[in-house]
Amino acid sequence: MYRYDEFDHTFVRQRVEQFRDQVERRLSGALSEDEFRPLRLMNGLYLQLHAYMLRVAIPYGTLSSRQMRCLAHIARTYDKGYGHFTTRQNIQFNWPALKDVPDILLDLAEVEMHALQTSGNCIRNVTADQYAGAAADEIEDPRVWCEIIRQWSSLHPEFSFLPRKFKIAVTGAPNDRAAVAVHDIGLRIVRNEAGEVGFQVLVGGGQGRTPVIGAVIRPFLPKRYLLSYLEAILRVYNLLGRRDNIFKARIKILVQQVGAAVFADMVEDEWQQIKDGPVELPAGELERIQAYFAPPPFETLPDADSGFADAQAGDPAFTAWTRSNLAAHRQPGYAIVNLSLKPVGGIPGDATAAQMDAVADLADRYSFGEIRVSHEQNLILPHVRLQDLYPLWQALEGIGFATANIGLASDIIACPGLDYCSLANARSIPIAQEISRRFAALDRLHDIGELRIKISGCINACGHHHVGHIGILGVDKKGEEFYQLTLGGDATDTAALGDLIGPAVSVHKVVDAVETLVGVYLEHRQNGERFLDTYRRVGLQPFKETLYATH
Amino acid sequence: MPLIRSAGNGAGQVVDDPWTLVGDDEPLPENGPVIVTLARWQQDRESLIASGRPLGVRLASDQLAGTIAGDLPHLSLIALEFPSFRDGRAYSTARQLRDRYGFRGELRAVGNVLRDQLLFMHRCGFDAFEVPGADAAAAFARALGEFSVFYQPASDQRLPATRLRPLRSAAE
Ligand code: SF4
Repeated sequence: MYRYDEFDHTFVRQRVEQFRDQVERRLSGALSEDEFRPLRLMNGLYLQLHAYMLRVAIPYGTLSSRQMRCLAHIARTYDKGYGHFTTRQNIQFNWPALKDVPDILLDLAEVEMHALQTSGNCIRNVTADQYAGAAADEIEDPRVWCEIIRQWSSLHPEFSFLPRKFKIAVTGAPNDRAAVAVHDIGLRIVRNEAGEVGFQVLVGGGQGRTPVIGAVIRPFLPKRYLLSYLEAILRVYNLLGRRDNIFKARIKILVQQVGAAVFADMVEDEWQQIKDGPVELPAGELERIQAYFAPPPFETLPDADSGFADAQAGDPAFTAWTRSNLAAHRQPGYAIVNLSLKPVGGIPGDATAAQMDAVADLADRYSFGEIRVSHEQNLILPHVRLQDLYPLWQALEGIGFATANIGLASDIIACPGLDYCSLANARSIPIAQEISRRFAALDRLHDIGELRIKISGCINACGHHHVGHIGILGVDKKGEEFYQLTLGGDATDTAALGDLIGPAVSVHKVVDAVETLVGVYLEHRQNGERFLDTYRRVGLQPFKETLYATH
Repeated sequence: MPLIRSAGNGAGQVVDDPWTLVGDDEPLPENGPVIVTLARWQQDRESLIASGRPLGVRLASDQLAGTIAGDLPHLSLIALEFPSFRDGRAYSTARQLRDRYGFRGELRAVGNVLRDQLLFMHRCGFDAFEVPGADAAAAFARALGEFSVFYQPASDQRLPATRLRPLRSAAE
């Protein structure tokens, strides 16, 4: 993991002191709420329906056990004993008091964390594949570049007042787990024909009210040019992105307006001016950062483990969990373990202070002290020996993080919705809870197989409904909560936006509707294909007919 | 409105402004340095140059650096407008003027120039700032002193952490 040096420590502490001064001026009345607003937003502090909400960055989803304990401490000391992991590899605390926020930021700084750029029209917390550094299919670890981008974008003097917020995601594997095609900039680490490693650069992807799959503007960018190329993209956007209409201000609108090819030319023109200039990383800096991401001291182990095999044979509940919650590790004898933050009837992404502490202990014991956070709002222990899986699973059962549902119908992404968010049309969390209850039976859940359900409480799409296999969007119909359903969305390397199935359904019928759609899939499924594959094969019609015939 | 000129070392001085901003329909003053809009510049370019006085152009936030790139040898000052503090286009325009087109004259920030943004502006190549308030010089010094670590090169002399790290290790 990256560790702060004296520069990083100084920077973050100075930032805390700057904000402490601003909070004091607000509390004394020297600053009005209006004047304070842009300042607090630059430190991730929002005013929500009921209270302030503090959003803390977990850069590229990587946490140490020590950092997780600090998050637990914050939840316990300054909040109501829990935190909420978001779809952008952040954690939100929903109840901090304004006067405490500088102290919270200071506690975070002690463990090398911050809330910088988790809001505002700037380059936001950069996200990555949650399996980075562990995945069997990885070309190179994307976190090295995420850290380089994190530093380069921190208080960037030119790009802190962009037309709109700006999100960058990086994947190092061909199987895209970071949803890069729906980001303002998506970076895929690829290998070209000559065997060199570089980036495929996508721009203009996004969700919200105008969902777009990003366009490739450069199929192969040599790694050493990443920062100058990013700077060129951001400069073109900063100068030409629309500022007259907040709904048309994202880079996707600019790219659509001029066309991806013309946009690529504009970037090229700017890039030619600055490439090989001072913005490129100086010699040695890449290696310095890379060294922090060296693999942990893995043991040399065989591919299989007899104890693990015996445990599987003897315990069907454990076996079910191993089927859904593990991913292939690059190192023989190890597995990537997903901790589900989607218990039946629970709030997706919530964790209590006690759970966070327990995860930190388990990470120390079984995963070199490393933890990851996924954009699906789950936690990951990235490096677990096969022989440790059974005791780990038992421990996870004890803290409620062992639900065997990763990637399945009850592993739902849901935004905070009307329970917390002032922009919401409808509730998201209770819908997710009810769906997870309907699909609680493990046999059925596993028989249905991979199914990504995503729920947003309004058109802003924080719950990623456009890219859900089943997407659920809360709308307001004459003061009542209704839900639009979309089918066939996909956030991965085969990215697609969902198709609207028909008129919205009422809050009383939306969960039944999901069950009906699953029923249609099971009826049409061939050769164990996934919901998404069946949908792509048979199309919208059978789903539509059955749904509106029954409801 | 007080005018602050950065004096190096993060300090700023309140100075008398020798420049006159001339509206599009106003007659030019007898003599002395004048700032005109881009429209007037484009219309009266020849006569303005012939007048031999110091010349400045004021660009609105949607007027790009490229529109006056060819005229820079005639200009001693460019003023860039921030119609609202949220409109960050002038940061990029400033960087292009400095780095791409090599402008070395005065680059002045005008409009909704907030204290919390002075450091960003300074880093992007601005060296003069129209800032409200009697304590503008103190506010300027304070804003520029809040950080000692920078993570990216810009159009200023500050060395980013990426350049300082190797120097530090070499010294050890
Ligand atoms: S999608 Fe809408 S309701 Fe949900 S969190 Fe975002 S803004 Fe709020």
